[in-house]
Amino acid sequence: MQITTTINNKPVTLTVTPDEMLADALRTQGYLSVKKGCDTSCCGLCTVWLDGKPTLSCNVLAFRAEGKQITTIEGVQQQATEFANVLVAEGAEQCGFCSPGFIMTVLAMKNELKNPSEQDIIHYLTGNLCRCTGYMGQLRAIKKYLGVA
Amino acid sequence: MNFVGKGIPKIDGITIATGKPVYTEDLAAADALVVKILRSPHAFAKIKAIDVSEAEKMPGVECVLTYQDVPNTRFAMSGQSYPEPSPYDRLILDQIVRYVGDEVAIVAAVDEKTALRALELIKVDYEVYEPVLDFEQAIGHQSVVHPEDDWFCNFDTGHDQDRNIVSTENLQIGDVEAELANCAVVVEETYYTQPQAHAMMETYRTFSYLDYTGRLVVVSSTQIPFHVRRQLSRALEIPASKIRVIKPRIGGGFGGKQTSVTEIFAAIVTLKTGKPAKIVYDRKETFCCSTSRHAMKIKVTMGADIEGYIRVIDIDGLSDTGAYGDHGSTVFGLVAEKTLPLYNKTKAIRFTGHAVYTNKMPGGALRGFGATQGTFAVESTVNKLAAELNIDPAEFRLKNLIKAGETCLYHGDEQLGSSTLHRCIEKGKEMIGWNEKYPSKEIGNGRVRAVGMAVTMQGSGIAGIDTASAEIRLNDRGSYTLLIGSTDMGTGSDTILAQMAADVLETTVDNIIVNAADTDISPFDPGSYASSTTYVTGMAVVKAAEDLTKQILQTGAKMLAVPVAEVEFDGQQVKTLAGDKIISLAKIAEVTLVGPDHRQLVGTASHGSPVSPPPFIAGFAEVEVDKLTGKVDLIDYVAVVDCGTVINPNLARIQVEGGIVQGIGYALYEDARFDKNGGVQTNSFMTYKIPSRKDVGNIRVAFEQSYEPTGPFGAKSIGEVVINTPAPAIAHAIYNAIGFRGTKLPITPEKVFMGINK
Repeated sequence: MQITTTINNKPVTLTVTPDEMLADALRTQGYLSVKKGCDTSCCGLCTVWLDGKPTLSCNVLAFRAEGKQITTIEGVQQQATEFANVLVAEGAEQCGFCSPGFIMTVLAMKNELKNPSEQDIIHYLTGNLCRCTGYMGQLRAIKKYLGVA
Repeated sequence: MNFVGKGIPKIDGITIATGKPVYTEDLAAADALVVKILRSPHAFAKIKAIDVSEAEKMPGVECVLTYQDVPNTRFAMSGQSYPEPSPYDRLILDQIVRYVGDEVAIVAAVDEKTALRALELIKVDYEVYEPVLDFEQAIGHQSVVHPEDDWFCNFDTGHDQDRNIVSTENLQIGDVEAELANCAVVVEETYYTQPQAHAMMETYRTFSYLDYTGRLVVVSSTQIPFHVRRQLSRALEIPASKIRVIKPRIGGGFGGKQTSVTEIFAAIVTLKTGKPAKIVYDRKETFCCSTSRHAMKIKVTMGADIEGYIRVIDIDGLSDTGAYGDHGSTVFGLVAEKTLPLYNKTKAIRFTGHAVYTNKMPGGALRGFGATQGTFAVESTVNKLAAELNIDPAEFRLKNLIKAGETCLYHGDEQLGSSTLHRCIEKGKEMIGWNEKYPSKEIGNGRVRAVGMAVTMQGSGIAGIDTASAEIRLNDRGSYTLLIGSTDMGTGSDTILAQMAADVLETTVDNIIVNAADTDISPFDPGSYASSTTYVTGMAVVKAAEDLTKQILQTGAKMLAVPVAEVEFDGQQVKTLAGDKIISLAKIAEVTLVGPDHRQLVGTASHGSPVSPPPFIAGFAEVEVDKLTGKVDLIDYVAVVDCGTVINPNLARIQVEGGIVQGIGYALYEDARFDKNGGVQTNSFMTYKIPSRKDVGNIRVAFEQSYEPTGPFGAKSIGEVVINTPAPAIAHAIYNAIGFRGTKLPITPEKVFMGINK
């Protein structure tokens, strides 16, 4: 089937099968920043924005994106790079495999929460797993980026 | 030093963080065949008949392979230097399947859906055998996991195929029984450690194709490209010169990718079809059909004299190596090798036991590699002995631990080259508030807070075996290319090696192109495992950079027509000591590449170390235990680290924090559980719980630098030692809170609850 979407502010028509997940459709289309890590919607690696909301693309049927705005990290490179600079300065990207989904969630949080506390930040990002960093360095980077104590 | 000791960002950091397509699957050709594996539903069975005719007929299916279609040379998949001490006990596909999930058939099709459908069409008739599921029953079990007559091991590891024994340890120095009789206090405890999953975010995956000369190219998320080339050559029965292995960026390894997993399946499909092929394990396959940390049973007997000196340590162990013996003997060996040297007031030490086959998913390398299991058992026993002697466990350790310049029974006359472990303990006590908080404090509402501690060591590379090479070229405009075969799996090793080279050559990291790892291009390196990259490959890089510096000086002197003793190199130019003659590096680079009588300047070096200097950590945990429910909250964790010179403080800190968190999971809830048929139940992140952001409390890290004389810039390793202390330190804190000693990992709330209510 064909669906009409907007990906990173450009109109895109995708040809998808009825059982195809959005993460796979996006990778097939060349948005290779989208990673998959778990198959059970536990890890957060596949996070993209659907109409601006962070969404697990491995868990959404592609046809559900009909008429929606999809944003991947390829579409927000400037903000992503701004935060990545802080993250990388902290050494907290490590293997980098969880970074795109993690950064998409961080940027969404920045849009959504005003002056988040440390608890708010941790809560918002709980669904983004990371096996390398132990999370502390990521938290340090987020606080620096948001300018919160 | 401009770069060593600085927390510079990783050279690949921005690229990977912002989602650029640099990982294995991103690089796979769009038309690559999709490879899927049919797996055994039985823990132990023989394939009586297998019918693939329906699957083969299916449109879109390119090839279906069974045990009848593959070479029958047995091989090992462990990432170890040749000759490996792991048994050659695997075939690409075998008529006998040895665990639930073992490979039965390989299918390659034009897309995933077709491949999965084809798997369903394969009919297999099994003769089911009685499996060996309890590793304590494995020795002499009526079922023999490996009955084949072409089983082979390069060494006598004390194996006994007919009795399911992969290796035997029998080391005794001094007279254990006599010294135990002389001890004032003797304690004994038996510990059980569970299988742990690596749970790296990027699952196992490989992409392969034939190049323009018909050679097999294998692009894989691996820590061991050179070992993979050798394994593939043996398993596929083709010359190694016909194989090229490339490692792109890796999404985490933790030792999982020190064993090859998917490489052989893509490779054989490409060889059979001539077409590009890719295999990507899903998370379930990664949990059930790769490797895990070895489950072990470890009994420790420890005795001390009246003055509080530990005089005897006796370790008897049993390691469950599962269906295949990769890393079986070596992981088991580290149980003792990384614990016995710590306490050097001993008069007698002993290490006995076996690694055994069972019909379960194989054990393999995982960060810590046996030292983790050994540390839990030995450190828990040290804490128990301190309690028996009524000595503060920190003081007890300060009294008994080895210091720099001293020897220990285990290593004979070899002196410890560097250690600040005693300072690490003092610093850690101060940071956690040991004197105020030890042992525990009731805080009301049925809750109690307590602290616990443990120390640990690891190694830096494999002494006397692993040798790394490095090559640095001076390029035409004065830049450098650093060629290495080590495998940065996210740790930042490519970056820290560039930092070392930059400081020797007095240039900037930006001026160095780092190339790793490609078996066609890179100089030989065993790969990144055994905490070896900083220490072993690092020293090779330093030597190669020194070699190149020497050549630059010689060439510069020749061009200036002065003796080499009269010139110096400052990274930019070669000039006479008097400063009257100068030639720039760019000019030297230019001239060496043009005309007769010249050659490109290339610094090369190989380095292997006769010793494996230990990094040390003192770990301190503060927990809060709810006595009503048994729930344990980790409040604070302090780790003070001696890794020699810290090459990159930011990356080193993250290594520590990441390792501690993996150790916390190992201590409290990570557990690969098996059902009664031997299948892995914990096959997703729904059931196999790794720590999330909410589970880890606060982690604080400090470094107490030592200077290791045999290391590059005085550095030792950091990668593995970081995972060892949480389990014993947290177990100790729980004991101090409620008087229950957790001896079976993970120490879940129900175990704590049962312990409270015994």
